[in-house]
Amino acid sequence: MVKEIERAGFPVVHMCTVVPISLTVGANRIIPTVAIPYPLGNPAMNLTDEKELRRKLVKKALKALETPITEQTVF
Amino acid sequence: MGIKIVHYINQFYGGIGGEDKADYAPEKISGVKGPGMGLQAAFGDKATISSTIICGDSYFNENIDVATGLILEMIKEDKPDVFVAGPAFNAGRYGVACGAVCKAVSENLNIPVVTGMYIENPGADMYKKDAYMIETANSAAGMKDALAKIAALALKFGEGQAIGTPESEGYMPRGVRRNIFCEDRGAKRAVDMLIQKLKGEEIITEYPMPVFDRVEPAKPVVDVRKAKIAIVSSGGPVPKGNPDHIEASSASKFGKYSIAGIDDLNPENGQTAHGGYDPVYANQDLDRVIPVDILREMEKNGEIGSLHDFYYSTVGNGTSVNNSKKFAAEIAKDLIDSNVDAVILTST
Repeated sequence: MVKEIERAGFPVVHMCTVVPISLTVGANRIIPTVAIPYPLGNPAMNLTDEKELRRKLVKKALKALETPITEQTVF
Repeated sequence: MGIKIVHYINQFYGGIGGEDKADYAPEKISGVKGPGMGLQAAFGDKATISSTIICGDSYFNENIDVATGLILEMIKEDKPDVFVAGPAFNAGRYGVACGAVCKAVSENLNIPVVTGMYIENPGADMYKKDAYMIETANSAAGMKDALAKIAALALKFGEGQAIGTPESEGYMPRGVRRNIFCEDRGAKRAVDMLIQKLKGEEIITEYPMPVFDRVEPAKPVVDVRKAKIAIVSSGGPVPKGNPDHIEASSASKFGKYSIAGIDDLNPENGQTAHGGYDPVYANQDLDRVIPVDILREMEKNGEIGSLHDFYYSTVGNGTSVNNSKKFAAEIAKDLIDSNVDAVILTST
C-alpha cells in the first residue's frame, strides 16, 4: 500500500514495528514504532507519558516527510 | 518397459470432496484419477501412471512433515522414473503441497519431479528453484495446455533427454546458469545486440536482471505547517461496530471513515477489525494505531496545515498483494481529489 500511494506521487511515511517487512515491501520513509498491537502507544505508561511518546513519534514522522531522500531510509 | 510415473493430486481433484474434506490424510490408489486421465492420454503409450496419491490440502499444510513422510513412503514403493504433482493453478495450499512434495521427492528419492501452477501461487516463489514447475493459467480452464506441457517435460526426463531452456519447455526459471558454447565470441554478440537495438529490433538479453519493484521516494513536503496530512492504516482501525464488516483476515475491501469533529479516539468511536494480534490495546484507545489525537492538536497549534477529515483503513492480515495494490490505488485517487499533500501510513 505504501508503495502504491507513493507511486501516485505522495510522500508516505510508514510507521511500523517490523522494519524488515517495511524494507522488503519497499517503503521509503520508515519510522520504527513501539509494538505490533500498539505501534503508537504503550499501555504500560500513564496517559500523559503515553501521549508524549506518541507526539514524539508523529513529530519524527512529519520531519521524515520534510526530508529529501534518495533511497529507503529508516529515521 | 515404459516410463513409470506417480501422480500427486489434492482431495478436490481426487474426487474426495471440497473444503469440508481438506483434512483428508494421504491415500494411494492404483492407476489414474481426475486430471491423471488427461495426463495419461498425453503420455500415450510412452509412460504409465502406476499410482495416484491423494491428500487433503489442509491436512498437508497443517502436517507438512508427517504428510511428506507418508507420501514419500507411498512413492518409494512404486519406484517411479518421474514424479508429477498437480497442476495446482492458483490454489495456494495445493500449490504449496505440490512444491513441498516435489522438493522432498527430489532430495530424498533422487527422482526427477515436474509440477505446474500459476505464477502468483505462493507455492511458485517458495519452490520454483526445487522443482521443474510449468507455468499454468490461474484456473483449471488451462488444464489441457498445462497437462500437455507437464507430460512433454516428464517424458523428456523419463527418456533421459536433455532439458531445454525455461522458455522452450514452459517451466519457470530456476535461477540455474549453464555454460554453453556459442558460435560468436561475447564482444561480437554484444555489438550485434547493440546494432539490433539501434535498429529498433527486439533483443533477447543473455542475462536478465532480477526484477525489483521499487518506487522512487516522492519529493518531500516543503513545509508541514502548510501541508494537508492524511492517515492510512493496514492495522484495521474502524469506527465502533466495524460498519463495513472489514474481514479480520484476507480483507476484500478498505473503508473510508470520517473523523470530522473528532479530536480523540476512544472505545466509543473506534476499534480495530484486525485479526492475528491482540486487539485489547487498540480497542481501549485507537490513537495507539492511528494518532488522531496528536494530529488534531498539531492542527490546532499550527504544527501541520490540516488533517484530512477522513482516514482510510484495511486489515493487512493475510490480505493479498493484489488486493492491497488495488485498495491503495483507489485510496490514492481519493487523496488526489482531496488535495492531500502527504500520508502517514501505520501498520500493526
